[in-house]
Amino acid sequence: MKYVDEYRDPRLTERLLEAIRRVVTRPWTIMEVCGGQTHTLVRSGLERLLPDGLRLVHGPGCPVCVTPLEQIDRALAIAAQPEVIFCSFGDMLRVPGSSTDLLRVRAAGGDVRTVYSPLDAVRVAREHPDRQVVFFAVGFETTTPATALAVSQARRLGLSNFSMLVAHVLVPPAMEAILTAPANQVQGFLAAGHVCTVMGYEDYVALAARHRVPIVVTGFEPVDLAEGILLAVRQLEAGRYAVDNQYVRAVRREGNRAAQQIVAEVYEICDRPWRGLGVLPRSGLRLSAAYAEFDAERRFACTAITAVESPECRSGEVLQGRLRPDQCAAFGRRCTPEHPLGAPMVSSEGACAAYWKYAPSRPQ
Amino acid sequence: MIACPPPYPLPDSILLAHGEGARLTRRLVREVLLAAFDNEFLRPLADAAVLRPIDGRVVMSTDSYVVNPLSFPGGDIGCLAVHGTINDLAVTGAEPLCLSVALIIEEGLPMATFARVVGSIRDAARGCGVPVVTGDTKVVPRGAADQLFVNTTGLGRLNPAVDLGAHRVRSGDRILVSGTLGDHGIAVLSARGNLELESDLRSDTAPLYELVRALADAGVAVHFLRDPTRGGVSAVLHELADAAAVQIVVEETALPIAAPVRGACELLGLDPLYVANEGKLLLVVPPAAVAAALACLRAHPLGRAAAVIGTVGATGTPEVLVRGMLGRLRVLDEPSGAPLPRIC
Repeated sequence: MKYVDEYRDPRLTERLLEAIRRVVTRPWTIMEVCGGQTHTLVRSGLERLLPDGLRLVHGPGCPVCVTPLEQIDRALAIAAQPEVIFCSFGDMLRVPGSSTDLLRVRAAGGDVRTVYSPLDAVRVAREHPDRQVVFFAVGFETTTPATALAVSQARRLGLSNFSMLVAHVLVPPAMEAILTAPANQVQGFLAAGHVCTVMGYEDYVALAARHRVPIVVTGFEPVDLAEGILLAVRQLEAGRYAVDNQYVRAVRREGNRAAQQIVAEVYEICDRPWRGLGVLPRSGLRLSAAYAEFDAERRFACTAITAVESPECRSGEVLQGRLRPDQCAAFGRRCTPEHPLGAPMVSSEGACAAYWKYAPSRPQ
Repeated sequence: MIACPPPYPLPDSILLAHGEGARLTRRLVREVLLAAFDNEFLRPLADAAVLRPIDGRVVMSTDSYVVNPLSFPGGDIGCLAVHGTINDLAVTGAEPLCLSVALIIEEGLPMATFARVVGSIRDAARGCGVPVVTGDTKVVPRGAADQLFVNTTGLGRLNPAVDLGAHRVRSGDRILVSGTLGDHGIAVLSARGNLELESDLRSDTAPLYELVRALADAGVAVHFLRDPTRGGVSAVLHELADAAAVQIVVEETALPIAAPVRGACELLGLDPLYVANEGKLLLVVPPAAVAAALACLRAHPLGRAAAVIGTVGATGTPEVLVRGMLGRLRVLDEPSGAPLPRIC
């Protein structure tokens, strides 16, 4: 398949790995930001082919995982209301809230539907004018243009029965938080290619300079990741800290201006709590005043949410790259996909899910 | 001249009265079902069919079909319900002899849809030379079922010459599939309409008895045979690994996968190993029988894309591994539920 097979070529990957081995002279710690990249690394076994001392740590780039528990509990409360059709991406359905998850809400009679695009939720709202249709808008910059388009279409159509529960988050503030944490070990980043497809990478230039870390905008296939690692290691060995773009087939420096425009029209930047990272200033998006009527949090009174995190779940440390999933005492024992303690075990981009799915050995 | 008035046509949708045992029920049974399936065993419309004596060990299998939408590229719930049960008999080593068909209909189902599915059951059963000898219809109120549920039960005669099962699987045996993987699951997913995937992909729903018989006739030493339906190849391999207490290694680069299925799986974050097939065999054969098995499969229209996809490894710990594109082994996870498409 074009644009896939050539980026999975084992010979090319091996050549890049060989180049990495030649360049590396010291131990380095690089974080791949996106959960999709984590999955490719673990699935392909690429991380186990890297030279000793070159360590990849897994970043917070799983939007489902970083969505705070109180927002998930809010989603569950809204989804359980009889007049609501609750539309969500499939990733969210198994994510545990304080006491239940969307699949269980559905089994108990809630109308919970999996959609593949936010525009599907708008269509559901048109088809069911007598019901309240709520879309759970989760995701990084990659997903925001599609949800912005959905709400702007709903307004154009005059749909008073459509709203969105927004949990959008932005990547650069999370990278900043990781770099400024006292125990930070991350010396370079593989930035999430698809986020940069939308936003470009101008923001990263200042970030790289401010913290003196190399950042490589990187794709999602084994060849992409091997090349991204090589570019990062070259910079580290040379003492440079610039932004390189490995993912040139999808990313331009300025990003996708049309997508940025619709996002800027519909959303405004806000402070947002992240699971495991706490409240990060200017790290999220909320509907702007012009679209406030489509905010599900306003439409449904569900403010009295007290979220109860599992005391055993260490997903906060996992999301900051401080703990490898298989180093968590609960991993594979008290935390499995059937009985997850936290979102990273069940989200398709979660680091714990990657280790569970592809790890060559699991705790018995 | 006075012409007899024509009988009232059947209503254009299924009513609760069609299931209440009175005149509408009898008309539905006679005018639609018997008209389609007519044979000497069904014709008396008795409470049970009386069959001819069966020589040999009798094999019985039942399955219920609840697919949404009822029709999809390459088939519908009708042919699926026939092929599914016939295939369960075939992979057990049995020659299918007859079927029962039970229909649970949601009130309001268009009569034309019902007639089309019944026609599809008829054509599929005839295509396999297997009569529908008994059946049942029930109508449930709107909302109590999703349009139409079909149950089929099949009887077959065991071929005494074959001995299939996990007990015969040995370390070193090879794992084969008879063709491309995941066609049915992706065809149904794309027919649901909300994906807007456009492709010429069709479900692979097909009866596999002929293919199984060809293997038996050619004397291919098959140790284990299954049709990897719901749960895909992964589900069958995990069952086999557990039952035979063996390690299984699948070669990712050897999997036959049609381009549209690959594309859809890439897009949705699904793995074709977990996606359903409805017209494929998964075989385990000793290394010496691989060439004969492949030749036999590829000589049949349903086995053209047959391939060796893996090996049975050491005995002891049940485990299914995949050798990925970079040559590294990873666990093939057994998902806890249906795979869910991802966000981005």
